[in-house]
Amino acid sequence: MTATVPATAALALGDDALVLSHRLGEWAGHAPVLEEEVALANIALDLLGQARVLLSMAGDEDELAYLREERAFRNLQLVEQSNGDFAQTIARQLYFSTYQQLLYTELAGSDGPFAPLAAKAVKEVAYHRDHAELWTLRLGDGTETSRERMQRACEALWRFTGEMFQPVEGLDADWAGMEAQWLRSMTDVLGRATLAVPEGPRTGAWSAGAGRQGLHTEPFGRMLAEMQHLHRSHPGASW
Amino acid sequence: MVTATALEAELLELAGSVPDPELPVLTLQELGVVRAVHVSGADTVEVDLTPTYTGCPAIEAMSVDIERVLRAHGVREVTVRTVLSPAWSTDDITPEGRRKLQEFGIAPPRVRHDSGPVSLTLGATRTLVEDAAEDSDPVRCPHCGSADTELLSRFSSTACKALRRCLSCREPFDHFKEL
Repeated sequence: MTATVPATAALALGDDALVLSHRLGEWAGHAPVLEEEVALANIALDLLGQARVLLSMAGDEDELAYLREERAFRNLQLVEQSNGDFAQTIARQLYFSTYQQLLYTELAGSDGPFAPLAAKAVKEVAYHRDHAELWTLRLGDGTETSRERMQRACEALWRFTGEMFQPVEGLDADWAGMEAQWLRSMTDVLGRATLAVPEGPRTGAWSAGAGRQGLHTEPFGRMLAEMQHLHRSHPGASW
Repeated sequence: MVTATALEAELLELAGSVPDPELPVLTLQELGVVRAVHVSGADTVEVDLTPTYTGCPAIEAMSVDIERVLRAHGVREVTVRTVLSPAWSTDDITPEGRRKLQEFGIAPPRVRHDSGPVSLTLGATRTLVEDAAEDSDPVRCPHCGSADTELLSRFSSTACKALRRCLSCREPFDHFKEL
């Protein structure tokens, strides 16, 4: 393992995991069935574990999570999007877990500082992706309502997916190759779910995404306010 | 691992004898999470502990328990280090650990023969999601031993378990899923 950790990359990966973990945690008490309540909380826990390792590579995990302003976060705009209905949460999971599995597989095979975490986390992420794919199939190839909602969710989040494959400083990965694989995977899963692959833009004008540069969407500020509220109101408090 | 001294072997056994905080029927040695004990200087010991899952909250309780046991044995300075590499796998659970899980009502993980991510076969319904190993090596009900069981959810009471149901005795049960 090399001694120097690229802080930009640690923050990018750590913030993705932290923010999505928080979003998934918001389902606690609200999921449609008990099994999903438990599943989403478990996925959130895996992501929180990744976030703790990654943020600790960049600095003090608590300070980074609770005391940074919105513009200092480097997560993808995709993961900060509101949960929406269950279909929207599943579409976000499908897009992100497929991306994360591809990226962690690459990092696990490298000899960089992220290899140990990636090798460990990629096995967990395989279950996250399995969960998302399964629900995409059930909802897409389900009732008229579930299909319509799943299609709408896939369309709504499509514009945020181009950002995932913009190279991150300090991460040695084949971004174009990953993007091609990701698109193949989406075409396959959405096809089997009888859903149409969205046609909207993923990059350029009318697409979204500058989270890696610290520009975030409107729902993120409110999420952060809630996430950081306790720590900021009671600095240094402990159980 | 470098050759351990007799003292290190003794302390490793001691650290490994600590019960898992979540599944107290298992010891940490049977779970396969205590990797090594290094003695450096008089009364200074470092323990390498690996988490089952990256976010496993039990790791802190395990560290505290290991420290307590080693201190009670006369070691003055104990540091428990969390190591991620090589990643823990359910194959690290010992045969004795598997037997105890079964007795406790948790279907033990099947032995995996590869180290990559779980291969997945997906279907539109619950009954089609089983992986290829299912036919030759089914998950058996820990209560009645039946091989006729179905998956209810990939995620159960903890991240490391899946929720299944026995179609013979109708009892739901946890399955320590392969990782």
